[in-house]
Amino acid sequence: MNQKNSRLSHLSRRQIIRGVLATTAFGLTAKFGTGCSDQSETDETASEEETEPIVIGFIYVGPKDDFGYNQSHAEGAAAVAELPGVKVVEQANVPETQTVQETMREMIEIDGATMLFPTSFGYFEPHILEIAREFPEVQFFHAGGLYESGMPENVGSYFDYIDEAQYIAGIVAAHTTESGKLGFVAAKPISQVLRNINGFTLGAKSIKPDITTQVVFTGDWAAPVKEAEAVNSMVNQGIDVITCHVDSPKVVIETASKRGVYCSGYHTDQSALAPELYLTGAEWDWRSIYTQYANWVKEGKTLMNGEIPHIVRGGYQEKFWKLSPYGPAVSESAKSEAEAVKAKFADATMIIYTGELKDNQGQVILPDGKSYEQQAIELETTDWLVEGVKGSV
Amino acid sequence: MINRSNWRKTLEAICIPVGAVLVALIIFGIFCAVVGANPFAVYGSIYKAAFGRWSAWQRTLIQASPLLLSALCTVLPARLGLVIIGNEGALVMGGLGAIIVGLSLGESLSPLLVQIGMAMGGMLFGGVWIAIAGALRHYRAVNETISSLLLNYIAIALLNHLVEGPMRDPSSLNKPSTFPLAEINRLGDIPGTRIHYGLLYGLIACIVAYILIERTTFGFAARTAGGNIRAAQIAGLPVGKLTIIICFLAGSCAGLAGMVEVAAVHGVANESLNVGYGYGGILVAFVARHNPLATALVAVSLGGILASGGILQRSHSLPDATVLVFQGLVFLVVLYGDSLYGRFPFFQEKIDSVKKFPKKSLQ
Repeated sequence: MNQKNSRLSHLSRRQIIRGVLATTAFGLTAKFGTGCSDQSETDETASEEETEPIVIGFIYVGPKDDFGYNQSHAEGAAAVAELPGVKVVEQANVPETQTVQETMREMIEIDGATMLFPTSFGYFEPHILEIAREFPEVQFFHAGGLYESGMPENVGSYFDYIDEAQYIAGIVAAHTTESGKLGFVAAKPISQVLRNINGFTLGAKSIKPDITTQVVFTGDWAAPVKEAEAVNSMVNQGIDVITCHVDSPKVVIETASKRGVYCSGYHTDQSALAPELYLTGAEWDWRSIYTQYANWVKEGKTLMNGEIPHIVRGGYQEKFWKLSPYGPAVSESAKSEAEAVKAKFADATMIIYTGELKDNQGQVILPDGKSYEQQAIELETTDWLVEGVKGSV
Repeated sequence: MINRSNWRKTLEAICIPVGAVLVALIIFGIFCAVVGANPFAVYGSIYKAAFGRWSAWQRTLIQASPLLLSALCTVLPARLGLVIIGNEGALVMGGLGAIIVGLSLGESLSPLLVQIGMAMGGMLFGGVWIAIAGALRHYRAVNETISSLLLNYIAIALLNHLVEGPMRDPSSLNKPSTFPLAEINRLGDIPGTRIHYGLLYGLIACIVAYILIERTTFGFAARTAGGNIRAAQIAGLPVGKLTIIICFLAGSCAGLAGMVEVAAVHGVANESLNVGYGYGGILVAFVARHNPLATALVAVSLGGILASGGILQRSHSLPDATVLVFQGLVFLVVLYGDSLYGRFPFFQEKIDSVKKFPKKSLQ
């Protein structure tokens, strides 16, 4: 009897373990549900052309249909795939570890890629630099990495002054808010993110000078539970327009919509997630820069011969960002104001950061009469939040 | 697992997992067919991408090496009857320990000594981390599975805090990281390959763990305590000490994995330490049925599966999660296979001597 009992308890323990593991495995496989809706549209027909097509590899850190950063790059890749004489290979969900080095190597050795766009920021150092040294004939273009002299000649970086788009989103938010309180769900207190918070807040303050932006840092690029909690607590405080800078804005937009407050998107167009309450959104537009790079290479220009610049930056003038179409809640006056500023960005007469500018600790960032142009190197190392932002770095 | 006098059991232990993998392959093939890819072409691609050429083998081994060490963090305590899933936390702590030692020693000592110091630091940090779970278990009866899981969250939060705060290199603008290790102190690759020394450490650790558990009195004591803790206590075994030592060793294996990630791959500590190697290690440990030698084999197979993920996306236009579906299927079926042990009469030992005793006296 005793033995039988102990065997039973042993079995049930094992069964529990098995259950736990099965759940884990299910969790892993369940990710599939979100990842499978969109299939890669790799162009196989390109190989039929007489000349060898240029093979371009795109690598993403997350799924290609995440309503976020990765999707914005995948949309750019899709535009490049349309070009004649170009073949695009893509790989999604590649972590920022040695795995990405192996992925680049496979794309070069097996697929014959001669241009690579590893898009996640964390791919740059050490991964891209290491592989670039090993394959000096292949060109590596990276979003956001800072190219410095001494780095391999075949590495280039590009990025986008998307805080311009956030500035306009701030204008729209200020026109829409009733409480004068805006919310910003942010991942990490790094320069890129701080710049967006500052841009959004400055845009809003240009309409209503005493407006405030409450910031919550979740600490992670993808932390859906914390993002939802942040939105909920913001709504409870009376905040009525919420935007974000996280990898996938899906949760923020959906939660805001569920709670009945306005929201403003980021990375890509999320209006489908909140058709009534979505105001506008700051979207990347990688199509033009990716097409530009592909055309340069087709013309025989390379990073190595110096005909492609190592650092490419751009704002609205260069068509590096776009705005989501205005939602139904956006008033006519907001639209005209936003469009007017957009026109100033288009002819590069608009400057976001002008003195006198104070941070939210009361320190003077820019004295009266001074200003930072978008290209200012000081902005790349932003570590302050502008006056009117509630929260600290 | 390997026992010459008992070939039927050995055969069972080989046939069931192999059969399970075959079944998983068939189910995965059906899945591929449903999604619209030719299953046989997919099998071929997986084989080619994982084991087809030397380059592919290297890719597989690169994927396998962090899993080897991290799996041992679950394997060792399991022999003591503990289910520890704190691998991720121990790995992160190990990475932190390694970078702290590496940065504070700088270039004051020879690179070899610095590397040994970093390994020690990593093992100490990881070891203490899991030893906490072991001590809580033994002295306060806190469930070790839950406590080690929660310790993961604490370790990751601590890493993020240090990397984004006190230990941050101000020039790491958009990916907060610690200051980099001196280039000369980095761990290199095994000559003639692009595989770093972590693989070697992992293999050695697996062999040492096997000898320790299966061939020493210490291991025997641990297994006894794992079999029946009361009996072990009555026999006078120091169960508390055993628990803490085994947990420390387990954690130090994962800690060493963290050190390798820092010293060989990243050269800094940052959030890339926490990318799921710990959780992968748990799966490896369970599929290997907590045998350190089988762990090596399973880790390489899983490495192969992971290494083939890219080709499935690029050549067969399968969704990026396909490789996770495959991995999940293999593990589910293998774990289900676990419940089949002892169910097949063919594998049962026919011991004549048992028949001599009347059945009742055995109960």
